[in-house]
Amino acid sequence: MNTPSNLKYAKSDEWFDPASGKVGITDFAQSQLSDIVFVEILVDEGEDVTAGKPIASVESVKASAEIYAPASGKVAKVNKGVVEKPELINSDPFGEAWMIQIDGGVAGDLMDSAAYEKDSASRAH
Amino acid sequence: MTFIPTSPAETEAMLETVGVKSLDDLFDAVPKKHRFPKLNLPPALTEMEAAAHLSDMASSNENVRQDLVSFLGAGAYNHYVPSVVDHMLRRGEFYTAYTPYQPEISQGTLQAVFEFQSLMANLTGMDVSNASHYDGATATAEAVSLAYAQYRGKRKRIVMSPALHPQYRDVIDTYTQGMGVETVGDEETNLTLSPESLTSYIDENTMIVIVQYPDFLGRIFDYKKIIDEAHAKGALVCVVANPTALLMLKTPGDMGADIVVGEAQPFGIPIWYGGPYLGFFTTKKSYVHKMAGRLVGETMDVRGQRSYVLTLTAREQHIKRERATSNICTNQGLLALAASVYMSVLGKEGLSEVANLCYQKAHYAAKELSKLKGFKLFSSEPFFHEFTLQCPKPASEVNQYLLDHGILGGYDLGNDYPELKNHLLVAVTEMNSKEEIDALVEVLKEM
Amino acid sequence: MSTIIEPTIFELSSPGRRGVRMPASDVPLVDSLPQHLLRSELPLPEIAEVDVVRHYVKLSKLNYSVDEGFYPLGSCTMKYNPKINEDTCRYPGFLFTHPLQPIETVQGNLALMFELQEWLKEISGFAGVTLQPAAGAHGEYTGVLMMAAYHKLRGDTKRTKMLIPDAAHGTNPASVGMMGMQVVTIPSDSRGNVDLTELEKYCDDTVVGMMLTNPNTLGMFDENIEKVIEMVHKCGGLMYGDGANLNALLGIVRPGDLGFDVMHFNLHKTFSVPHGGGGPGCGPVGVSKTLLDFLPSPLVGIIEESEDDETAPFYGFVTPEHSIGRMKAFHGHFGGGMVRAYTYIAMHGPDGLKAISQYAVLNANYLQAKVRGHYKIPFDRICMHEFVAEGRFEGSDVRALDVSKRLMDYGFHPPTNYFPLIVPEALMIEPTETENKDTLDKFADALIKIAEEAKNQPELLHNAPSTTKFGRMDEVKAARELVLCCWLPENYEAMV
Ligand SMILES: Cc1ncc(COP(=O)(O)O)c(C=O)c1O
Repeated sequence: MNTPSNLKYAKSDEWFDPASGKVGITDFAQSQLSDIVFVEILVDEGEDVTAGKPIASVESVKASAEIYAPASGKVAKVNKGVVEKPELINSDPFGEAWMIQIDGGVAGDLMDSAAYEKDSASRAH
Repeated sequence: MTFIPTSPAETEAMLETVGVKSLDDLFDAVPKKHRFPKLNLPPALTEMEAAAHLSDMASSNENVRQDLVSFLGAGAYNHYVPSVVDHMLRRGEFYTAYTPYQPEISQGTLQAVFEFQSLMANLTGMDVSNASHYDGATATAEAVSLAYAQYRGKRKRIVMSPALHPQYRDVIDTYTQGMGVETVGDEETNLTLSPESLTSYIDENTMIVIVQYPDFLGRIFDYKKIIDEAHAKGALVCVVANPTALLMLKTPGDMGADIVVGEAQPFGIPIWYGGPYLGFFTTKKSYVHKMAGRLVGETMDVRGQRSYVLTLTAREQHIKRERATSNICTNQGLLALAASVYMSVLGKEGLSEVANLCYQKAHYAAKELSKLKGFKLFSSEPFFHEFTLQCPKPASEVNQYLLDHGILGGYDLGNDYPELKNHLLVAVTEMNSKEEIDALVEVLKEM
Repeated sequence: MSTIIEPTIFELSSPGRRGVRMPASDVPLVDSLPQHLLRSELPLPEIAEVDVVRHYVKLSKLNYSVDEGFYPLGSCTMKYNPKINEDTCRYPGFLFTHPLQPIETVQGNLALMFELQEWLKEISGFAGVTLQPAAGAHGEYTGVLMMAAYHKLRGDTKRTKMLIPDAAHGTNPASVGMMGMQVVTIPSDSRGNVDLTELEKYCDDTVVGMMLTNPNTLGMFDENIEKVIEMVHKCGGLMYGDGANLNALLGIVRPGDLGFDVMHFNLHKTFSVPHGGGGPGCGPVGVSKTLLDFLPSPLVGIIEESEDDETAPFYGFVTPEHSIGRMKAFHGHFGGGMVRAYTYIAMHGPDGLKAISQYAVLNANYLQAKVRGHYKIPFDRICMHEFVAEGRFEGSDVRALDVSKRLMDYGFHPPTNYFPLIVPEALMIEPTETENKDTLDKFADALIKIAEEAKNQPELLHNAPSTTKFGRMDEVKAARELVLCCWLPENYEAMV
């Protein structure tokens, strides 16, 4: 499982990049969900988001999940690419499959990569 | 023990395996005070007795094939059902199966539903269809849910034509009780206004506009303009269509509709005192993830055989639970099969003949009826197989008079539109002979 | 390219072929509608009658069904569907009556509906029943709307939460979601009952009520049912019963007597209405006195009492005072639902109904006893009409889905998989009362054999089914490519 060390992680499996403000879901999350077929971003550009509130919804072949904001701030950008190609979440969760970008985001209660690795491993089955 | 195969000796052996003494001992978890109530129900009938009893009940009705001549439609239509349809429905392989959760042993149901989806999409001129809804009214209410979800609850207005079936409007009102939405447009009492007058209600807060085709009063309008107006404001448009009329009329898909729903009862399903019927739901591909209900998609099995599965199931209640757009689970599976067999066995030509007969006979009836003194057509708009007839007396009195002569006259529009209390909604299908139409005219002439 | 086992109805079409013909018009012809109102083409199949019959007969043979064999699909009550029902629901007096006919011409239908309402009241212990809802989920939404309307009428506006056990069917939370209410999930305890300590935490004045399936989806009758209902009532909430599992309770206990305020029936489970490969169902709803005035409209009532014992009363439609309104067009699933269920109840009587539940429960316990020791049964006590086992084995990567697929090789329909969600690798087994001991023995033997295979020859399970006409399907391909419809071929007209 890939867990880049420059990112911060939420217990609910979102990542946040403090440098760019980008948000997505983790490699662990995509592997649990399996083949993702639909993404809906629930917030618009310019909207304020609060850490812990839903920002997106994803559906795979067998599961569905709500994605929560790992940080608070204003949505600078929504990634239309991932909406058009949901399978990007499976192939490139930390890259092309970012979902939104938050301007001046204030991170919520997040873990570093080592802590997240430990936490997610304990939930794997 | 009507359908229980277990013998007393087997019962004893099984109880022993379970480790209890009697059948009643299986229910110790049930509060004693309420255990084993004495039910006050009539004693059991044998099959022979039950058949006779139900036959008596059925024959105490006056039905529209043997007892009455019917011109009643208003959302349920008396059509001929080719013999093949019921022969297929009576196959236990179809009717005693469950929803096709295990595709390896449910390809019959799955392919039949896939074909139903295809037939409906071709009929309405849309991209996709789901596997069915309970009926036309609930399908329309689900169209509202789609629009609500599409705008994530941010748009709160439903614009509804006053000439949408009154019961459909009631169902939408019931369904939307928890959504905090407003419904406008349908309180208009001037029913002679063109549908374009609805555009004044469409604003940036409107999620959906709902019109009926032909409308409840039987009129055919091209909704292209209203659809364009709605799209300009970002709203979706749902057209509630009669499937028999669609065999002849320009498709709502051609007009640019976003959702086309309706009641497919006319396609091979008996009027059956109101149900079960068959709601259909078709839409554009871009809304498929927000569409409620089951969906069958084509795929391949491990042996390289073309096959079908329930797909995009993560939209549905069993996975998405409280976040699902709809709670629908059981739908109208077997009746979707009825509609498919109906369309297949009549085929393109047979279906066109049905539509043409309906059209011709309704126009003959309208022409003859409007020659009668005091009677005239409410509207000069084109119609298909149902039209609104203005009568010289309240429609309720006209209907009573007709019933005394063995005729079900039509639907009394005064039930829903006080200003139309002298108006009858008359439906004519291929089932009505010229003789019956002439009899209707004759009886009314003498009234 | 994939192999085609049976072409679609569109692929079978050929230009100019005819099926059933309609008679020529007997009225003087009028002009057709103006061109701009007409459709440009009707791209529907053209097939001869014999080929239509063969097509659908071939498709039917690709299905497994109750008429063919054992179908222990948990929560779905796949009992035998009596053939007499198929006749009674097609009597012309039922088939050919229009829903808007004057009531004096359909007294037979109304009498049937009225009596069915009365019988369901008697069976369930409720004060009123509506027959309008189309299926279980539709009944749930009806119930949730009534619960909301009840609190609203009392001006009790801060109630927004519905308590739902973690074992609940997805339609329960989905019905609540449609109403814009909030779902609070209540865990189950180690005996499969509602966890009372957890329940206590949430019972306050923001609670609309609770939706409880009893027996629950683990097949367990809640041992504290009266306490649960008392706690919900004490905080001002109402108690909804999901009646999907009523097949365990006929003549055993009446949910109304236990204190439930509202419950839906699944006539397509308990009362032998066939499932039709997905429907139609019929989902009447019963209510206690508390909710009587909120029932959807219209209901069937007696408009004029009969004069003496010889004559029948005069039936008609009535609207309750605070009715939530109409749930669907017309009066519900009359022909396909109500007539079949009426026939079924009429043929059982009080003792016959009780026997249904006794044997449904005996059969489930018998199967449970036979497979115990071969499969882990996480909630192991006397079950009701169904039980849940785990389809996983120490040291094996076999999953519940593999067990299910392997059962097909032994000629059985699999149990329900992955539901309830609280049991890992759930296999939910509901035999129903209409199976004999031999069938149950054979099924148990197959399950035991499969448990052995899971340990010694897991590839048999991973590759299953191998004896059926189709193997496992590529669900990812279906969802990614999303082919939901087919059309006539592009060059169709030139095909001949
Ligand atoms: C426990 C339970 N509740 C509710 C439902 C929903 O019933 P229906 O499918 O008739 O809508 C089902 C059946 O699928 C069920 O098993």
